[in-house]
Amino acid sequence: MATPVKPIRRAKGLSDRAIAWVFVAPSIFLLLAVNIFPLIWTINLSFTDFKANRNRDVEYIGLRNYERILTDSDTWLTMQATAHFLFWTIFFQVLIGFALAFLINKKFRGNDLWTTIIVLPMMLSPAVVGNFWTFLYQPQIGLFNYMVTFFTGGDPSSFSMIGEVALAPWAIVIVDTWMWTPFVMLICLAGLRSIPGSIYEAAECDRASKWRQFWTITIPMVLPFLMLAVLFRGIENFKMFDLVVQLTGGGPGSTTEVTSINLKREAFEKWRTGYASAYAVILFVTVFGLASIYVKALNKVKDR
Amino acid sequence: MSFSVTEPSNSQKWIAGILVIGYALITILPLIWIIATGFKSPSDAIAYPPKVIFEPTLEGYVNLFTTRTRVTDETLAALGPPTTWYDAIVRQYDMIIAGPSRYGERFLNSVIIGFGSTFLSVFLGTIAAYAFSRFRVPLKDDLLFFILSTRMMPPIAVAIPIFLMFRQLGLNDTHLGMIMLYTAVNLSLSVWLLKGFIDEIPVEYEEAALIDGYTRFQAFYKVVLPQAATGIASTAIFCLIFAWNEYAFAVLLTSGTAQTAPPFIPTIIGVGGQDWPAVAAGATLFLVPVMVFTILLRKHLLRGITFGAVRK
Repeated sequence: MATPVKPIRRAKGLSDRAIAWVFVAPSIFLLLAVNIFPLIWTINLSFTDFKANRNRDVEYIGLRNYERILTDSDTWLTMQATAHFLFWTIFFQVLIGFALAFLINKKFRGNDLWTTIIVLPMMLSPAVVGNFWTFLYQPQIGLFNYMVTFFTGGDPSSFSMIGEVALAPWAIVIVDTWMWTPFVMLICLAGLRSIPGSIYEAAECDRASKWRQFWTITIPMVLPFLMLAVLFRGIENFKMFDLVVQLTGGGPGSTTEVTSINLKREAFEKWRTGYASAYAVILFVTVFGLASIYVKALNKVKDR
Repeated sequence: MSFSVTEPSNSQKWIAGILVIGYALITILPLIWIIATGFKSPSDAIAYPPKVIFEPTLEGYVNLFTTRTRVTDETLAALGPPTTWYDAIVRQYDMIIAGPSRYGERFLNSVIIGFGSTFLSVFLGTIAAYAFSRFRVPLKDDLLFFILSTRMMPPIAVAIPIFLMFRQLGLNDTHLGMIMLYTAVNLSLSVWLLKGFIDEIPVEYEEAALIDGYTRFQAFYKVVLPQAATGIASTAIFCLIFAWNEYAFAVLLTSGTAQTAPPFIPTIIGVGGQDWPAVAAGATLFLVPVMVFTILLRKHLLRGITFGAVRK
């Protein structure tokens, strides 16, 4: 990190201290206005029975919203759907992402070109991606459905990834994995490239088998990177909204109703603003808490 | 060539290459399919089995931009000469018009909001990053963490009060409101990335400039800015891509005048359901800039998507 410049002599114009303030203040101000102020407002609303579409006096009802959310069995179903979704997307993305990074690290010819192609989906708009995957998932006319029924011999007009209760969550897992595996791959690749070759040479001298080298050198060295990737994906997927709205909209039934979708429904369809605010606070505290615990664990692994 | 035990053998390279190329082809297939669908006729797009070979048409693209409603053959014959280029194409090829589309408008909104917020967040981010990198700012670490933490909130969680706040201020469904919002969302990325880039510029350059009699401001824009130009450019592209792709805020806070393309594309309806060729054409046009940027950004990709937390 750069050390601050010592004042060589009294600079003309504003003092360094003043410049620092002038430069930092607008950003802090904007973040306070658009992030912190709304957050405090949300917390405040969470103790009320406010409805944004109705003009009547707001009543403070204490912790009633929180109580209702935490005792509602629907909340726990939504949390379960989110957890299921988080677990499997991260599982597949880590598995495939690491494998791809490992292979690309073999430095075959033209690997840059193929890496760029693999990375493309990650940069696209999740809403637009979700929309065109619904096309691929359409019964009969969709390419994905056609291929699945072609290979399994099912009936193309009755098979539907996004319309069946048992399959819809997996339809989302597939698209999310398609989109975000490259992210894990890139980070793993950075991890693999940070391992100095001399370590392997030393291991080779000690006659350690390839398999042993993999488990005692490669995996531990990449682990901190991998954990960071999981942290980023975890936070993002907990907030997941666009893709699910476009693919299934929470359905069929409420099988794919993840927390963001549920929250949107409460806030902008049922207009139970106070209730939804309490829900938002619970979600934020959950993400923040889990992320903090996770970062502690990550730092321990890093320091090893 | 020097021999090293860590160098993979030729057969390893072959196997790795084939597996990676296989995965890349599977990955790119949905994209190719969408691009191709944009050039299909409505009946080809929903043909069973899916058509790989088809006669290309621009109908999807024309439907995407046309502002005229669907008319019957008789009214078409009774109309005067075509007034616009796409009107001429439509009549010449006897195409079906899906309905009035406002894609052009939405696309333009994406451009305005994307570029506006990118400019602002990069500007604010650059000066803040410079201050964080070079000066003793009180509570520096806390402020930096605070800036980063703003990214953890689900958009939906703050959307309610922002919606209420914007309603009070008359900012709902305006370009200005969306620009402010996206600027704030992008600031965390912009400050963190740019701080990394500016940290790498040796302080000695500025010290020399200050000794030469430059003021702080002159040293900043004559010495630091040119050095940080590449970093600023890639930060700008990442901010732009984010604002370009954003959906949650857009769908909740805009409905008409300031609506961007992501909430609009899924709503393109044709005769009896979604007009898939038009949707595909809209998606293709919308995705192309990002694909180009991705190719340009290859080198900075990792830094940009991880806020500089991981460097290649």
